Amino acid sequence: MENIYLTIALAPLLGAIIAGFFGGMLGRAATHTITILGVLVSTVLALYVFNHHVLEQGAVFNQNLYTWMQIGGLNVSVGFLVDNLTSVMLVVVSFVSLMVHIYTIGYMHDDDGYTKFFSYISLFTFSMFMLVMSNNFMQLFFGWEAVGLVSYLLIGFWHHKESAVEANLKAFLVNRVGDFGFLLGIGLVLAFSGSLDYMEVFSSLDKVVGQSLWGADLITVICLLLFVGAMGKSAQVPLHVWLPGSMEGPTPISALIHAATMVTAGIFMVSRMSPMFELSDVALTVVMVIGAITALFMGLLGIVQNDIKKVVAYSTLSQLGYMTVALGVSAYSVAIFHLMTHAFFKALLFLGAGSVIVAMHHEQDIRKMGGLRKKMPITYWTGLIGTLALIGFPGFAGFYSKDMIIEAVHFSSLPYADWVYYAVVAGVFITAFYSLRMFFIVFHGESRVDHHTEEHLHESPASITFPLIALAIPSAIIGYLTIDPMLFNGWLDNAITVDAAHKSMSEIGQLFNDHGGALGMISHAVFTVPFWMMVGGVVTAWMFSLYRTQWAAWVQSKFQGINYILESLYGFDRFNEIVFVNGVKKLGNLLWKVSDAGLIDKMVVNGSARLVGFVGSVVRPIQTGYVYHYAFFMIFSLLIILTWALFAGDNPLLQIEF
Amino acid sequence: MELLSLLIWLPILGGGLVILVGNERADTARWLSVAISILVFVMSLSLYTGFDSTTHLMQFVEKASWISQFNINYHIGVDGISMPLIILTTFSTILVLIAGWEVIQNRPAHYMAAFLMMEGLIIGVFSSLDAILFYAFWEASLIPMLLIVGIWGGDNRVYAAIKFFLYTFLGSVFMLVSLIYMYNKGGSFSILDMHNLSLTATEQAWIFWAFFMAFAVKVPMFPVHTWLPDAHVQAPTGGSVILAAIMLKMGGYGFFRFSLPITPDASLQFSDVVIALSLIAIVYIGFVALVQRDMKKLIAYSSISHMGFVTLGVFALFLAYRPDNAEGALLGLEGAMVQMISHGFISAAMFLVVGVLYDRLHSREISTYGGVINSMPKFTGFAVLFAMANAGLPGTSGFVGEFMVILGAVQANIWYAVLAATTLIVGAAYTLWMVKRVFWGPITNPAVETLNDINGREFFILVTLALAVLIVGVYPQPVIEVMHASIDHLLNQALTSKL
Repeated sequence: MENIYLTIALAPLLGAIIAGFFGGMLGRAATHTITILGVLVSTVLALYVFNHHVLEQGAVFNQNLYTWMQIGGLNVSVGFLVDNLTSVMLVVVSFVSLMVHIYTIGYMHDDDGYTKFFSYISLFTFSMFMLVMSNNFMQLFFGWEAVGLVSYLLIGFWHHKESAVEANLKAFLVNRVGDFGFLLGIGLVLAFSGSLDYMEVFSSLDKVVGQSLWGADLITVICLLLFVGAMGKSAQVPLHVWLPGSMEGPTPISALIHAATMVTAGIFMVSRMSPMFELSDVALTVVMVIGAITALFMGLLGIVQNDIKKVVAYSTLSQLGYMTVALGVSAYSVAIFHLMTHAFFKALLFLGAGSVIVAMHHEQDIRKMGGLRKKMPITYWTGLIGTLALIGFPGFAGFYSKDMIIEAVHFSSLPYADWVYYAVVAGVFITAFYSLRMFFIVFHGESRVDHHTEEHLHESPASITFPLIALAIPSAIIGYLTIDPMLFNGWLDNAITVDAAHKSMSEIGQLFNDHGGALGMISHAVFTVPFWMMVGGVVTAWMFSLYRTQWAAWVQSKFQGINYILESLYGFDRFNEIVFVNGVKKLGNLLWKVSDAGLIDKMVVNGSARLVGFVGSVVRPIQTGYVYHYAFFMIFSLLIILTWALFAGDNPLLQIEF
Repeated sequence: MELLSLLIWLPILGGGLVILVGNERADTARWLSVAISILVFVMSLSLYTGFDSTTHLMQFVEKASWISQFNINYHIGVDGISMPLIILTTFSTILVLIAGWEVIQNRPAHYMAAFLMMEGLIIGVFSSLDAILFYAFWEASLIPMLLIVGIWGGDNRVYAAIKFFLYTFLGSVFMLVSLIYMYNKGGSFSILDMHNLSLTATEQAWIFWAFFMAFAVKVPMFPVHTWLPDAHVQAPTGGSVILAAIMLKMGGYGFFRFSLPITPDASLQFSDVVIALSLIAIVYIGFVALVQRDMKKLIAYSSISHMGFVTLGVFALFLAYRPDNAEGALLGLEGAMVQMISHGFISAAMFLVVGVLYDRLHSREISTYGGVINSMPKFTGFAVLFAMANAGLPGTSGFVGEFMVILGAVQANIWYAVLAATTLIVGAAYTLWMVKRVFWGPITNPAVETLNDINGREFFILVTLALAVLIVGVYPQPVIEVMHASIDHLLNQALTSKL
């Protein structure tokens, strides 16, 4: 099996290397064929691995490939841990990546950086595989930062745009804030367990119990530090600020990196660390609350956005919040379940948005669209499926995963779980509202497309519509198919630990059976609050965007305060700009001018500086020639002295045989 | 002559030969110098291949009486601490000579010769086992650098050269005094004898600070770092490369070879001070780097910040060490070594990157550039790679040392690690902000539009460094492995009280 895992990881790397270094030579068609083949190989093998581990219940694979560093008794290796969690992630990542590769052929058709783009997305796929297959913290951190690097490169892909290169710097730095916590967490893990290998760490967790740091339990501190890393990568408030900016990158990578895979790395990581998080209710509570804040408040921002990609981006933030909430209430498998369904339907929505953007000649303002339904039928219908999945329409993928999160919160006994419950239920209304608002404005109603664009408006080519269809299928049915085995029949049992005191999972399992399984959930939906919240959101969206469009303006003028808060994105960016960006620049200047140049150089070195001036004035008239000869004289005299001592001194001892 | 002696004297005598060839026959001088440097590098590889990593004892030892009335010997040898640094020296010298190829038109032969001689002298520093021999090489290595800055430097070169000279010279005078003191006490200038010389607490304190003056200036540590930005800004590209890649390592090496084993009790006693200065270097200098407008100054400050990890890693050992678990201490020490080697590659690469731009537009100001990727895409690829390495991206060598030192620091005191880890944010900020302003974005200066991408010579240099950075990042074990025995022994010495 080892070779199969290796091939999964290395096939896209090979593709990336070939595309990156020889893309110009090979030409476009050869480049995309090679990289797509690479990812196709990974996808097929990932399905094989999924079958082997999950369906046939093969043994967990945990093996080191090579020793990265060996110090004393500490061995840090590069190695793979492949269990059912990894298998699920491999399938999700490889499938979405394959779709995005194909989609790119159409989307980036006119771009000069065509081959470079393929190289980057293949490199990303490799990095993501390394992240999910890692069996230790060092390699996890490698994958973690490597996906961050590719994200940086891709956000700034259109490097001539000032906004793009500002966004990628911001994304990298905000992620680094998260990684700062993450690295300290890893450091503490090593300090108490003496290892960075997952299994060794998990089996020595008893050493950490009872220890404290900074006035809290050590395990709580460790979990929270690791979670800071997850907050960066998975864009949780207040480290979410980079994700909307990442929309500056081409749309395929918004789908792949900033919706489906990379941003879920934090969710994956916390699930992987479930044996640790389960030991700290404090940490779990923090995780849950942060997730709820993100889910609710980022969703609200989606309502006031008019950029098609920004709406989907805030939706992604909100959905990541839902996953984080699930982690907090110890429903790790539900988080992974939502991660999976979300990967399919959000990739679909982004790629659909990209299809619209291409048709609209790179116009992204939804107010300049409208009535695209007839011109772009495939985009429309697949977009509808994605939207229904997102808002949790009964039967669609998101319905199962979101409902299970809400129920899991309902049964949680953590403090504040009741508040979080209200937040995630309210979030359902908001999700439906912003999703359908955008959907109606783009596809229904009167066309507001300008005349010139209107003439050329048509459905996108097959390379774009094929991935849409291929993603629409799982967006519709994957939830129905996998809810039972994944949540309640042990698919993820060999990777996830849940403490007996955390009863959410067993309770929702009970509920699931009471309702009569996946099919029963659909018929039971009309008796649940979330369903009616969803319907309310859809109706509200219809009223504001189709039925009485003037109402939107009226509400905006009536509630100017709230509108201002939402449009200024709660002021996070302004705060960061003033406090961090400008503050740090001021501090840097102060330290440099006052302390470095002023205090040290002028005051302390003053005496010697005067001396320097003096020596300088003596030397200057006879500058180069003299100094030069003088110094070479020094070298040669040194040489002569040494030689003399060695060969001709009072006892010439150095024997030379040339 | 044995291998190690050849490594020292071949470049020095070769440098003399190159001077004889003369500036008029520039091409002959260039080819000859590069040939010599490659020969020396290849020979130095047999230090690695022939190295016995199971022992901490000195290897490739040569000993001959030099000035017998003072018991001064020509005594050289290497262990797992000095051997990697010697190979780093021979490696960097080749690149520097190639980098100066047609760029240096003023006295090309002398330029090449100066670097060759400096190479030999620095190898002498790393391999000396006799204190006076060490001191002679230590001071002598200043001379070529002084010349390089003074002759081929920028407009303000004399000021920078003299500032550099005074700083480092003043620092090392105190070292000489303490070396002589120990000779008077123990009757030997052998460094290995000094390791075993019994010293009282007061003596150790004096000697510790005397050494500290010499090494801290070289590293350089806060607050004696202000010579470095000036020296870098005025030095020609090659001078900056050798200064950052190798000369700074002489300071770090001094702590390994002298301070810890000779004055273990004083090292323990004053470790807090050194750690505090290291953390100031990492954090404070990081902020200073952020606001620099001159690329070379920015990288110079970044160097100081990165070298803070070396001294932090070394002196955190006392707190990180547990009787039942030495890993924390070892992570710090070996992390410091890896950081030195890695910084040798990355700082060299960063200065060469600036050099490539400077050769074309004769400006080091960040604001001159912007959108360089449009005219120099290949070059930008390298620049971004090295910038990422400078920001400590995993998979590059820049990560390994910082990672090890931070992991070790956590075990010494979590707050050390918290402060050190801020480099993750600040280091990325100053490096990538510079990258953004220089390489990304729209072209604002029309001159940038006309830039030619790197030529074959530049490509060769950058690709060599890129490979070095990536190989050490992906597979650091071969580099770390050879140090184990020597570092274990050093740890033992540092923890054994002389009182």
